[in-house]
Amino acid sequence: MTGTVDPTIINLVVFVLAVFVGYHVIWNVTPALHTPLMSVTNAISSVIIVGAILAAGPAEIDFGSVMGAVAVALAAINVAGGFLVTRRMLEMFKKKKQA
Amino acid sequence: MSANVIALCYLVASVCFILALKGLSHPETARRGNAFGIAGMTLAVLTTLSVVLHGRIDMILAAMLIGGGIGAVAARRVQMTQMPELVAAMHSLVGLAAVLIAVAVVDNPAAFGVSPPLPMGNRLELFIGTFVGALTFSGSVIAFGKLAGLGKQFRLFSSAPVTFPGQHMVNLVLALAMLGFGAAFFMSPDKAWTPFLVMTAIAFVLGVLIIIPIGGADMPVVISMLNSYSGWAAAGIGFSLNNTMLIIAGSLVGSSGAILSYIMCKAMNRSFFSVILGGFGAEEGTAAVSAGDQTHRSGSADDAAFLMGNAESVIIVPGYGLAVARAQHAVKELAAKLTAKGVTVRYAIHPVAGRMPGHMNVLLAEAEVPYDQVLEMDEINSDFGATDVVLVLGANDVVNPLAHEKGSPIYGMPILDVAKARTVLVNKRSMASGYAGLDNPLFYMDRTMMVFGDAKKVVEDIVKALD
Repeated sequence: MTGTVDPTIINLVVFVLAVFVGYHVIWNVTPALHTPLMSVTNAISSVIIVGAILAAGPAEIDFGSVMGAVAVALAAINVAGGFLVTRRMLEMFKKKKQA
Repeated sequence: MSANVIALCYLVASVCFILALKGLSHPETARRGNAFGIAGMTLAVLTTLSVVLHGRIDMILAAMLIGGGIGAVAARRVQMTQMPELVAAMHSLVGLAAVLIAVAVVDNPAAFGVSPPLPMGNRLELFIGTFVGALTFSGSVIAFGKLAGLGKQFRLFSSAPVTFPGQHMVNLVLALAMLGFGAAFFMSPDKAWTPFLVMTAIAFVLGVLIIIPIGGADMPVVISMLNSYSGWAAAGIGFSLNNTMLIIAGSLVGSSGAILSYIMCKAMNRSFFSVILGGFGAEEGTAAVSAGDQTHRSGSADDAAFLMGNAESVIIVPGYGLAVARAQHAVKELAAKLTAKGVTVRYAIHPVAGRMPGHMNVLLAEAEVPYDQVLEMDEINSDFGATDVVLVLGANDVVNPLAHEKGSPIYGMPILDVAKARTVLVNKRSMASGYAGLDNPLFYMDRTMMVFGDAKKVVEDIVKALD
């Protein structure tokens, strides 16, 4: 039992714990907000933009960095679209004065 | 910034994402939750930009501006009835982005701090992230086409299931071939483009084949499932880049989509696998088979207005027909008229009403219906017995009493018990059966009156008649 833990194992620990957190948080979401839930999770999954930025990062433009830049654009559509459309929907759920 | 500071920033961003989801537990806190999500994303992007500060930041910013602009316009323009299409389109983008990132990793691992050649562990994770991403992309494109009703232009987009003999065998063979090429990619010492690209191509084809046999009415499950896949794809890429934030955010989204799929399947009393194997929605829109000697009573909008105007309590049950006819604003006007006459009006929502989870709630919210008048199936089902009039708008299978009868194909599916109400008004375009191809005994009850026509037109006529 000596030596350092492989990063993949650490990743696995993080992954399993995050799945548990997700499981418990999502069950508390009210069914009325399931559509906003889908659009906001969509926006959150586009955090993949982080990987895209790294791919597009190198100072010299090559095939990989162009792929990265395209991925940045695609993910950015989702980031902006996902959060904005969620906000637009949630505005509609504001408490209305009774007619 | 040092790697430790970056990791801590990512931790803060991850917590923001968890708070974003937690906020959705109530409409009051939901907007704050969304703000947390935006904050988390901003922090994540800024942190990552600081890493590549000495690289082609101009190209990255330009790409972000273009993408962000397109997204912002789409978010502003989209109609609430088109939300399922928008969500499907966005899933496909996450999938495609995952594939492109994987291509970039294979091409130049050094950009991600991995010294070439790519270690075997990373290859395995990359393989998983890529094929899930590719499946998500092509599957979502098909789902988008089905939801947008593009079946006439392109047969693969047909909302009816597209099946062919030996379909499952073909899928199995392709899946095995994909795993084989994945293994070859895993084993080979150099960049190994050939197995990687073949594997990705097969995954694209599989994504198409998996979604085409699923009928239009099963879309709530499909769209939740693709939501889940897009999360797992992000998590897979996170593993290969050793990026904990991608792993956390990806697993949050993955489990969210999985739970929604489960809720949708349960609401249809179907197993996940029977939905995935598909072919169920085949008889959509066919005429009722056993109509035989049964007679139904139909009435005009004036009759409906009379019944509702004299009721004490009314429950409105919206279904997909309301979304198609964009009748949500007319319904709200009807409810306002009735409320002014002293009638108690509430709405009952079945979990699978519409084409995606929560679809009806958003449409009613758009029409400014107060959310406390909108009740879920479990909350309102016991109240139908004490209700004077139920108005069913373009819903069918979710109110079919056959679900209570042993031996019927939908036996056990939870339904809204509208048959218990004193009077049931059903608006449909015709007597055609729902997607399950089943007749609905509700339509032939003595207490039921059918009001035929487009949902919006009928509701507007009722409103006029109430004046």
